[in-house]
Amino acid sequence: MRAVRLSVVTAAATAAALTAVTGCAEKSDSKADDGTVTVVAKDDSCEVSKKEFPAGHVKLAVENRGSKVTEVYVLFPDDRIVTERENIGPGTKATITAEIKAGDYAIACKPGMKGDGIRQQVKATGKDTTTAKRSPEMDAAVAAYRQYVQAQADATLPKVKVFTDAVRAGDVEAAKKAYAESRIGWERTEPVAESFGDIDPKVDVREDGLEEGQDPAKDWTGWHRLEKALWQDKKIGATEKTLADTLDKDLADWVKRVGKAEITPTSMANGAKELLDEVASGKVTGEEERYSHTDLVDFKANVEGAQKSFELLKPVAAKNDPKLVAELDKQFAALNTLLDKYRADKNSYVFTSYDKVGKAERKELSDGVNALAEPLSKLAAAVVK
Amino acid sequence: MSEETQEQTAAEPAAPSRRKVIGWGGAGLALGAAAAGGAVALTRDGDTAVPVAESGAAVPFHGAHQAGIATAVQDRLHFASFDVKTKDRAELVQLLKDWTRAAERMTAGAEVGEGAYGGLPEAPPDDTGEALGLKPSRLTLTIGFGPSLFDGRFGLKDKRPGALVELPKFPGDNLDPARSGGDICVQACADDPQVAVHAIRNLARIGFGKVAVRWSQLGFGKTSSTTPDAQTPRNLFGFKDGTRNIAGTDTERLAKHVWVSGRDAEGGAAWMDGGSYLVARRIRMNVETWDRTPLAEQEDIFGRDKREGAPVGKAKEHDEPFLKAMKPDSHVRLAHPDSNNGATLLRRGYSFTDGTDGLGRLEAGLFFLAYQKDVRTGFIPVQTSLASDVLNEYIQHVGSALFAIPPGVRDKDDWWGRTLFS
Repeated sequence: MRAVRLSVVTAAATAAALTAVTGCAEKSDSKADDGTVTVVAKDDSCEVSKKEFPAGHVKLAVENRGSKVTEVYVLFPDDRIVTERENIGPGTKATITAEIKAGDYAIACKPGMKGDGIRQQVKATGKDTTTAKRSPEMDAAVAAYRQYVQAQADATLPKVKVFTDAVRAGDVEAAKKAYAESRIGWERTEPVAESFGDIDPKVDVREDGLEEGQDPAKDWTGWHRLEKALWQDKKIGATEKTLADTLDKDLADWVKRVGKAEITPTSMANGAKELLDEVASGKVTGEEERYSHTDLVDFKANVEGAQKSFELLKPVAAKNDPKLVAELDKQFAALNTLLDKYRADKNSYVFTSYDKVGKAERKELSDGVNALAEPLSKLAAAVVK
Repeated sequence: MSEETQEQTAAEPAAPSRRKVIGWGGAGLALGAAAAGGAVALTRDGDTAVPVAESGAAVPFHGAHQAGIATAVQDRLHFASFDVKTKDRAELVQLLKDWTRAAERMTAGAEVGEGAYGGLPEAPPDDTGEALGLKPSRLTLTIGFGPSLFDGRFGLKDKRPGALVELPKFPGDNLDPARSGGDICVQACADDPQVAVHAIRNLARIGFGKVAVRWSQLGFGKTSSTTPDAQTPRNLFGFKDGTRNIAGTDTERLAKHVWVSGRDAEGGAAWMDGGSYLVARRIRMNVETWDRTPLAEQEDIFGRDKREGAPVGKAKEHDEPFLKAMKPDSHVRLAHPDSNNGATLLRRGYSFTDGTDGLGRLEAGLFFLAYQKDVRTGFIPVQTSLASDVLNEYIQHVGSALFAIPPGVRDKDDWWGRTLFS
């Protein structure tokens, strides 16, 4: 289990050793090889020990010598994230590992975790060693998932248009009715959309998710801004109509770009886990849809998206860890059964309003999410083993 | 210092208490009772007395009885009650085995599974990591099984001991179901709070899908000790608590009042031989109103003086109480074994403060933990006689649970609950 494998196909695998925090010896250092790229992050600089390194399994040893909490990103030329590590406190170290194909990249340090970061252009040299080592099964899984993501995105646009048309028509009731369903495709595939970095904050941010300095009146866009207008303010004004146009436009951008997303078996597995994280932190608590209380629709969509990734990775994972696959089969089924209690028709996405879901029932849902998410967090390892 | 000297269990017939052995069980709040131990329990290694808490040592996990009962009371508590979610007996048994192995490692100061770092970068680490670099801190993990586990889901109906009753409703109880009951409990005690929390967190994580935490309670200060030579700890009302508690070294009283054996471990309850029963009560203390109470009244309520802890009319804490000198409704008098047919409990409760209650009052109290051979002759009669306790004006029982505590895990091949499930 502890062996460092160099043949891993992974887009975003990170490991951190918070040595300064725990005060323990950084044992992982002993495994560092000469290929490690050292990144020294300060408040006004981002120094890398080498600007060229061989493609393949790359390890970044990050040290924050600045006074602010920082983030370190490896970015494709189009700013797509290869891998990242957030919350690296002053005086602490973190290790980031990633499978990086040959090509040009930027390493960005973000002191204060804000802005575009201080960047260094770097190059991964040599032939692309990762693709060759991917098994046909893995390729098939990725290809099928890519198709799924595209299909979800394509199907979302017309549903969003029903919603935005209703907003533009000033029809509050029709807009409310179309709201939750317009989000299903997005919620099923959200980790892929999030990998672009810039679309999610435009379409799916909540008011409390705005960055410092952003003004909710001017800078808050997307579904949740309209959700608040419909359910809380109960009115549609000129601003909302413009925001409906913006939502259409931003999501059209998403649909156009989603096909170019970097998808690997590991990112699929991690994405599945992230969808359950979304459920655990946003839906079970009722925070995501605080005005419309349509949280259970998102919940179901997140679970469906996670299950899709799992089903596609199952042939690979079943060889490496059949027990895990059996457990995941069981827990997906159990959570879906539990969710079915909250809708009268199993083919519909009309779920019980979450404000009508009591404390004990929320606890039961939360227990179900934990029961699935814990084994799901082990899927990536089972895929790359 | 060897591990043996650090652990004081009933299994070791260590120096018997020099004090006259008097049965003494306070319940209810178990206040004022007083006796034993203090912030720092001492153990001896040759001529040098070493404070146990400072040693950070490990308490042996294996033994005839579970650790965490007769063990010198640690400073901190994290107690968790779980509902069993799986309906599969084999899966539950596997969890108990997995938990046992994790408990062995954590009590020895080791990480769970493959550790907190150095594994596959793609996999979350087995151990959550916050106890890295910390000493074992005398961590003990003690498991118990609640009455609801014997409801038929796992074929255990015939093994429910007669002593594992449903506790009756006592006068003044205002129990919150969400803070009461549970199929399984784990008591984590350690001298470092982070070590105790780490243990419960990792057990809960291993348990996801099989069990779910129903409720849990942190305790920051012990209110009783099982080391009578040390200073007696005080509860949040400022009174010494547990003066006459059972010493962890007093094998005679432990055998008489705490460990299940003989006739109590027959038939369906045979699996309980070497075990005990634990009553857990979350007792809210209205500290603000208490603090406005005149000293004389406070002392009358307890039946002891505040500074020394001496019983009414006596000079020293450990002087024999003369119950008739106390007011008839004083706490110590009502809780005394002489008022309850000799009922005696081993208490190891903790003070808690869960922030404030939204009304600007401290959400504080006592998390009462008492071990005994049989609640029907232990906690129930004591708590019943506390119905007229004047202290009730200042306290309220808001959570309650009863657990059968199985015997100890004997060795590396044994596991929590083996005697029950095999």
